[in-house]
Amino acid sequence: MIRFDNVGVRYGMGEEVLKDLSFAIEPGSFQFLTGPSGAGKTSLLRLLFLSLKPTRGLINIFGEDTATLAARDLPALRRRIGIVFQDFRLLDHLTLYENVALPLRVRGKEEAGYRRDVIDLLKWVGLTERIDAFPSVLSGGEQQRVAVARALIDQPELLLADEPTGNLDPTLARRLLRLFIELNRNGTSVVIATHDLNLMDQYDARRLVLNEGRLQVYE
Amino acid sequence: MRGGFRSMSESFPTHYSTKKKVASSDYLMRDRKLHSIVPRESVAGTALVLVVAIMAFLASLTLGAVSLVNDTALGWQNDIAREITIQVKPVTDIDLVAAVESVRQIAESFDGVSSASIVSQQALGRMLEPWLGAGLDLNELPVPRLVTVIIDRSNPPDIDALRAKIVESVPGASLDDHRAWMDRLQSMARATIWIGVFVFALMMAATVLTVVFATRGAMAGNQHVIEVLHFVGAEQSFIAGQFQRHFLLLGLKGALTGGLLALGGFLALGYWSRSNIADPASDQMAALFGTFSVGLSGYAGTLILIFVIAMLTAITSRFTVYRYVGALESEVRPGESLDF
Repeated sequence: MIRFDNVGVRYGMGEEVLKDLSFAIEPGSFQFLTGPSGAGKTSLLRLLFLSLKPTRGLINIFGEDTATLAARDLPALRRRIGIVFQDFRLLDHLTLYENVALPLRVRGKEEAGYRRDVIDLLKWVGLTERIDAFPSVLSGGEQQRVAVARALIDQPELLLADEPTGNLDPTLARRLLRLFIELNRNGTSVVIATHDLNLMDQYDARRLVLNEGRLQVYE
Repeated sequence: MRGGFRSMSESFPTHYSTKKKVASSDYLMRDRKLHSIVPRESVAGTALVLVVAIMAFLASLTLGAVSLVNDTALGWQNDIAREITIQVKPVTDIDLVAAVESVRQIAESFDGVSSASIVSQQALGRMLEPWLGAGLDLNELPVPRLVTVIIDRSNPPDIDALRAKIVESVPGASLDDHRAWMDRLQSMARATIWIGVFVFALMMAATVLTVVFATRGAMAGNQHVIEVLHFVGAEQSFIAGQFQRHFLLLGLKGALTGGLLALGGFLALGYWSRSNIADPASDQMAALFGTFSVGLSGYAGTLILIFVIAMLTAITSRFTVYRYVGALESEVRPGESLDF
């Protein structure tokens, strides 16, 4: 699904922040991405989400060599990837329903065609009673679940989550992890970037550990 | 997630929610009016409408002023070009009254002359009144007499032949076709129009720059929307289309407000100058500037201006989106707002 070969990233003339990364993310796999602050997790997530070009090496995403991709081809590939930002990035002027439906709306789909899917997903994350609320009145945990629902609405093949439990209490964090696991069992590959050792200890999964720009994979 | 969301069993604990009420299926499935993807109301948007309205108003006023000057200058030219004056000096041993009548008949007999009329003694007296005072008896003074000849502009007479015939037939007669005046007025009118066009061009340049910067300022408040749309897989053209439509409406709102206010001003000014036409001061103003009414070109120009300013706002937003999304696609440096 995704393959990195000797990938390196350098910002400007500075030192390389990612060095010789070679690994693969297989379809249906589940992995944690971890490491100390400044180890390069954010840069690696950006590479996976096609919002950063490597300085060297090859990245192959869904069979496409990213070095040869034109800018106009990127949206189609991004639609196959769902992303949950640490700061949620919800649009405050749209309701919860509209925020979740946004990826479908930008693809030009009719509202009547996706209404059932959005409501089912909102039931799944337990937010149907807030369906017409605006993000500003939701708690951090609720906003996090909306962000997860938005990332999943178009049934992505790969889910990237950046510190998804950073704003949640332990109980809710455990629930969110179970949600990701269930998602993975339904066929979606999952990459969770986290510092939370407790979270990683709750599920035996592959770990991608970044340290000073180098990656170690623990199967 | 091949089975879809309906096949998933796990769900979040709803006891974390602040509201306990369970929404009914009908409530959930009802039709919803979706909000615009680009936020409708914002302080920057309101400021943009205001700036566009002010610039549209000023640009329309400039356009109206240029149109007024243009029409007035053309009016001067036309009035003078359609009239010539024959002067008969009181030379000794001629009957001035008969000579003037003879000049009138000669002029009227010429092809291309619509009419010829003798300026009456009373009218001459009024003309000289500012210099010689009231109650003047013109018979006591050697005052020349005038014949006003109105020419048919579609078929003008041979002025040189008319002049030759009059000079030959009536001693002391001379013809003035106002050419010297007309030449001076023409160059003055041309200069005035060019100055007006220059001022209008400056005003338009200021409007364009102000609208562009105000639009970019308003766009800056929407960068997070562009980022989110980009990250959920929206194509550049989709994002640009959403913003273009939104900013076209804002631009149209501002330009219509400013433009219509200016049009209202033109109409009020025209009405005021027409209703005060009997007043001596406004008579003099009307003689110089006509009735202060902006012509059709002024109204049409203002409407075009409204459209151009609205389009300008929309196009600027489109280019700003393309530039911003282009920056998102290229390498992003650490510390920039596009971080995860």
